[in-house]
Amino acid sequence: MLDKALAINALKLREDFPILKQHNRGNPLVYLDSAASTQKPLAVINAISDFYLTDYANIHRGIYELSERSTSRYELARKSVQMFIRAKEANEIIFTSGTTAAINLIAHSLSEYGQWQAGDEVILSVAEHHSNLVPWLLLKERIGIILKYIPMHDTGELDIDAYKQLFSARTKLVALSHASNVLGTLNPIEKFSEIAHSHRVPILVDGAQVVPHMPVNVQDLDCDFYVFSAHKFYGPTGIGALYAKKNWIEQLPPHHGGGGMIETVSLDQVTFVKGPTRFEAGTPDIAGAIGFAAAIDYLNKVGMQNVFAHETALLDYAEAQLLQIPNLKIIGTHKPKVGVISFVIEDIHPHDLGTVLDHEGIAVRAGHHCAMPLMTRFGVPATVRLSFGIYNTHADVDACVAAIQLAKRIFS
Amino acid sequence: MLRELYQEMIIDHGKNPRNFGELNEANFKQVGHNPLCGDKLVVYVHAENERIQAVRFKGEGCAISMASASLMTELLEGKSLQEAQHLFEQFHLLVTGGVTTDDLGKLAIFAGVAEFPVRVKCATLAWHTIMAAIQRDKEIVSTE
Repeated sequence: MLDKALAINALKLREDFPILKQHNRGNPLVYLDSAASTQKPLAVINAISDFYLTDYANIHRGIYELSERSTSRYELARKSVQMFIRAKEANEIIFTSGTTAAINLIAHSLSEYGQWQAGDEVILSVAEHHSNLVPWLLLKERIGIILKYIPMHDTGELDIDAYKQLFSARTKLVALSHASNVLGTLNPIEKFSEIAHSHRVPILVDGAQVVPHMPVNVQDLDCDFYVFSAHKFYGPTGIGALYAKKNWIEQLPPHHGGGGMIETVSLDQVTFVKGPTRFEAGTPDIAGAIGFAAAIDYLNKVGMQNVFAHETALLDYAEAQLLQIPNLKIIGTHKPKVGVISFVIEDIHPHDLGTVLDHEGIAVRAGHHCAMPLMTRFGVPATVRLSFGIYNTHADVDACVAAIQLAKRIFS
Repeated sequence: MLRELYQEMIIDHGKNPRNFGELNEANFKQVGHNPLCGDKLVVYVHAENERIQAVRFKGEGCAISMASASLMTELLEGKSLQEAQHLFEQFHLLVTGGVTTDDLGKLAIFAGVAEFPVRVKCATLAWHTIMAAIQRDKEIVSTE
């Protein structure tokens, strides 16, 4: 069956992902959960194992050739990340173990640098993923900071006028997702940055759900910090990146201490290196960084503009199909969106729907998606969420819709 | 397999749960809540001389959790507290291992849950809750 004309040839791309050939409960796997994590192409899997086969050694420490090669590849990976998100310098990229680790790092280092105290304020939105909520709730418990929330319209659009009113003399940071992992709605970060900076407040942006779906330019966004994980864009688990503007890299104190980030250590003193490695204590996930770079190479060949066009076409097609199903409601309709759709069906609990879909081979997520406050905002215990990746096709959407119709028949 | 889990009786009881509502004469009461799932219910029991006179429940959640609560209330009416405990253990064996016994009557249809381990907590929520109620366990019950 020839797939409809798409910006990328997803059917051909699927050949790079052998894991998709398997069955789920006896039916061909239809993987529609890329927002949770993406599958990895052979190019990434091979890059990691080839690295261990030929170039692996500990980095930044050895004086032998193998170690130089390993270090060089790790630093080239840093450069790859810099160019991918169009940061000014490679020295603005810190490798972390993921988005959650990066946000926790900023929570610790920034609050220490700014000497945050009880009554200081952080602005968040009601739609944040728990990884950009819990670190701030922990600070609230530990030092008594106040959290203020940007409200959301029923459409899924954040209320930017209400945002402007949230600032005070005590505001220390804005921490905001680039797109909702539940609704898919994209937030206009340039505007949010401008408003934050007009109050001399820095802004941290959680880009985990956007970097896999469209080109990102952190200089245009003008955010102070931008964080994302490799496993959400066709790279390995265990590694992510934290972009921080150069002045922050220079000013922020380290959070984790150990080898690789020090200049000198004596029994009662320590001095630290300058630059991003100051935040990379210990032996990092070197092979993970190599896999990260391989995923970037792979995506660059596909073209991020093409990825966005492909997923937008799937999103539009899926919305049109889903809206034909009686009593189905899509949560969050505001455009533009990344390729994520959450919906509920009257009289069918999301878990019952998820089980039927699972049985038909469809992998979707049914639950609160690590965004409990957002569920409360929309008055639902859970939603079913479809999310697209570069390997999804119109046929995947058709299979999902057929399974939903089966569920409707079972529960009627 | 799906048909075994979502049999007509389960769909029916999920949509039209029996013994649904509060119980004024209740002398035992407990809340069960699985926050990650969103299943929530309250079980009311009126027991005298160690025998269940009436049992009702209120709540909202997935079809499995509501149907299980509904059928449980039907089965346990008139049973002694000791018999209820025994049936609880049998039900647990049923949904985790598919082991059926005659005592469970209509509840044998939940054997299908054993093939869907993720849903065991939905099926057992009402049962854990009623046991906690009878044993006067103060904490809100969760099967997560």
